[in-house]
Amino acid sequence: MSRRLSRRDLLKLGAGLAVAGVLGCEGEEAATPTPGTPSAGQAPSGPPVKVGVLVPTSGVYTALGRDMLNGYNLYFQQVNFTAGGRRIELITEDETGDANTALTRARKLIEADRVEVFTGVVSTAAVYAMRDLLHQSRTLSIITNAGGNDLTRGRKSPYIFRTSFTSWQVSFPLGKWVADNLTKRVAIMYADYGFGQESQAAFRESFTAAGGQVLDAIPYPLGNSDFSSVIDRIRAARPDAVYGFASGSDAVLFLRQFAQAGLRGRIPLAVTGFMVEQDVLQSVGRDALDAYSSLHWAVTLDNPTNRRFVEEYRRRYNEFPSVFTMQAYDGARVIVEVLNAVNGDTSDPDRLVRAAEAVRFDSPRGLFEFDPVTHNVIQNVYLRQVRDQGGQVVNVVVTDLGRIRDPG
Amino acid sequence: MQYVSALFNGLSYGMLLFLLGAGLSLVFGVGRFINLAHGGLFIIGGYVGFTVLNELGNFWLGILIGPMVGGALGLAADLLVLRRLHGHGRELDQVLVTFGLALIIADATRAGWGGDIRSVGAPAPFDRPIEIGDFSYPAYPLVIIGVGLLVFGLLWLLLQRTRVGAMIRAAAGDPQMAQVLGVPTAPVLRLTFALGVALAALGGVVALPRQALAPGRDFEMLLLALVVVVIGGLGRIEGAFWAALLVGLTDSYGKLFFPEFTVAMIFGLLALVLIWRPEGLLGRRAV
Repeated sequence: MSRRLSRRDLLKLGAGLAVAGVLGCEGEEAATPTPGTPSAGQAPSGPPVKVGVLVPTSGVYTALGRDMLNGYNLYFQQVNFTAGGRRIELITEDETGDANTALTRARKLIEADRVEVFTGVVSTAAVYAMRDLLHQSRTLSIITNAGGNDLTRGRKSPYIFRTSFTSWQVSFPLGKWVADNLTKRVAIMYADYGFGQESQAAFRESFTAAGGQVLDAIPYPLGNSDFSSVIDRIRAARPDAVYGFASGSDAVLFLRQFAQAGLRGRIPLAVTGFMVEQDVLQSVGRDALDAYSSLHWAVTLDNPTNRRFVEEYRRRYNEFPSVFTMQAYDGARVIVEVLNAVNGDTSDPDRLVRAAEAVRFDSPRGLFEFDPVTHNVIQNVYLRQVRDQGGQVVNVVVTDLGRIRDPG
Repeated sequence: MQYVSALFNGLSYGMLLFLLGAGLSLVFGVGRFINLAHGGLFIIGGYVGFTVLNELGNFWLGILIGPMVGGALGLAADLLVLRRLHGHGRELDQVLVTFGLALIIADATRAGWGGDIRSVGAPAPFDRPIEIGDFSYPAYPLVIIGVGLLVFGLLWLLLQRTRVGAMIRAAAGDPQMAQVLGVPTAPVLRLTFALGVALAALGGVVALPRQALAPGRDFEMLLLALVVVVIGGLGRIEGAFWAALLVGLTDSYGKLFFPEFTVAMIFGLLALVLIWRPEGLLGRRAV
């Protein structure tokens, strides 16, 4: 029995040591200018503004964390790590894949490092775990991924803003589009955890309201590696399309196995955008072709801000940015705009909140603004399709599903 | 039809677990050696296979090269470090050191291949489904089943019909007596260890078209390997074989009937076996 007991401890130990390893090589990855030393030419005054960045640099979300760090750095470098007359100093911590560890790290950033602005967080479980800490410490918090509905509904806080999405916001518009344009008979497959359940519920809500019929709904355990039984149930339901929610390696495996089973091209996929985002596409490639999805951005979205964003990112990192990069990039911009609005004076949390509420700008995703009631972003959601564009497998925007505001 | 697919799914998953568990079980049986870096060797096999496929464009070459790299790493690890830890009563040292190795592997693979998800398609001609009338099933899992059966057969022949196999069995049965009778237990153990990790690496390559490589996969696989070894009984490859199939089938039928409880069912199975036969299904009773 000692083996089973030790696994948890081993994993924790493992996570801990992995963090140590990551922190060791932080310098070369983040490549931020040395904090506290003003660069030549600029003359920011006073001590630097401490911005705590909490993103995973170990565990299952490692790739997302890296994308987000790249996004922060890309934007902060455009403003030379300066805003409101002060230098910006980033203090990065590893969120890991574990909500409790994430909470400990957030507490360290807020209580030991005394950061003036907090940002990041991939996992919804982690953000729920630290919600009270952020709220009670009155720290301006710009959440750049975690999309659980409740963070800007029942558990909303004046100090918490979200530049990313709610699960409802991304998946609700897709249901109506599928019912109106694709078919009224779908099977649903989704990862059986909070975000997956919320996503499929949002899809189902607008899909059935538009006359659609759900033939079967198939949950699968998160971190699954064999989707044959899910695929068998889909086949047995004889749907005209499949709605899906999975992300990361689950999404990769499902798409691979769906294609291996010969169903790609026979049963269209209409999925929540994360299931076919860049991190998945670069791994799955052509096995994801033709899949429809809804998301608040696409790498091919045609507007000047996005073209510049994608071009600069590709020049610097030699790959396509992902939606996670974009959310962090916008998060960095929100922080800079707030600091500019208060002239670098971060002493009054409520003044920071008012400044954040007023932020509006042209984002790579289109017009960016916060809902004054929920502090969640109001944004357009796009219907996209995975296509081969000159040898690159990318999401192409098919239509704009309109401006979507989470009901709160 | 779903029941038939679930059967094949369970068998192919079971065969993967067998490749993983057989090595762990052998090493433990022969040397009473606990190797927590086993999951790490599995993903090293996977990453090597991935690189071979990308550079040389041939998946089957990866199936050859992956286990060779794994075996060589196993030999090196044993010569450099692990041989100092052999012997009775040093389990804690072994756990600490091999877990350290597992962490090094986790970091090294992330440094080398990044944290991105890596996966490959099934190699031709197994990249499309087999269709019989209305029934259709992907071809690649059948390849996994074939590889698993082949390895089981070869291992059985090796252990039962060759001199080396006899030595391995002797060393597993009673290391002291074997040594007294002239069996060179240290080299035998080293060979077994290399063979065991080569099998894990083979599992990693074979699994590639069905599983994706991502950070954390190594520890997931280690856990499953431990489950297989505990259920099957330590030190018997037949035990690992049947236990792996049992876990594979539990997983696939569990997903069919109770998708919400699949993970719990595997551990429920483990708990039942521990209550009913603490030494494992085919294990010997501890002396």
